[in-house]
Amino acid sequence: MQDALLAALSAESSFAGRSNLRTWLTGILKHKIVDTIRRQVRDRPAAEQESGGDDGDFDALFDQRGHWEEAPDAWQQPEGSLQQKQFLAALEACLRDLPERTARVFMMREHLGLETSEICKELGVTATHCWVMLHRARMALRLCLEENWFGKT
Amino acid sequence: MMLSCKETSRLLSQGQDRELAFGERVALRVHLAICNGCRNVSAQFQFLRAAVIKLSDDGSKENSA
Ligand SMILES: [Zn+2]
Repeated sequence: MQDALLAALSAESSFAGRSNLRTWLTGILKHKIVDTIRRQVRDRPAAEQESGGDDGDFDALFDQRGHWEEAPDAWQQPEGSLQQKQFLAALEACLRDLPERTARVFMMREHLGLETSEICKELGVTATHCWVMLHRARMALRLCLEENWFGKT
Repeated sequence: MMLSCKETSRLLSQGQDRELAFGERVALRVHLAICNGCRNVSAQFQFLRAAVIKLSDDGSKENSA
């Protein structure tokens, strides 16, 4: 595992000079190296640890039986959005808004393409917790993009 | 087993991170067949993955240009 992460980190440095996202990733992945990440994950307050076990932060979206209070709408022309610089800027802003640990796990998964098992093991958290964090990241990004991009007419 | 939307959203996300069991895939399919909201979320989760890749690609292109 160590190797996979080191490889990922050195791959990062060979992308030298990437724009904003890259700068940000450098911040979260390279400067605060894995040990720091691991320490933060372990030392986090008990309360946070507890809430880390489920995705209760999104309970408000669902009714008591677990159905959508308000069913999510389809996004209009998402493919077209991908071609727009403003959209990418909005996405980047949404990524920055994620809680730091959540953002880190999400980017290790989606940007670096690491397997979930590798990420969890390296961070010393259970697979279940990893999935919860990834789900939380996706839910938060959905809501953020809806508010700042797709919901705007 | 009938999934709630909450469980469906969770499984849709996990489907991007691990291989779902046969039973989970069936339950998902059944729910998606009847639930518009979850179908939209499914598309959105997939779109997010593509969008992050696009964001990374653009960053590297801008710099080599
Ligand atoms: Zn549903």
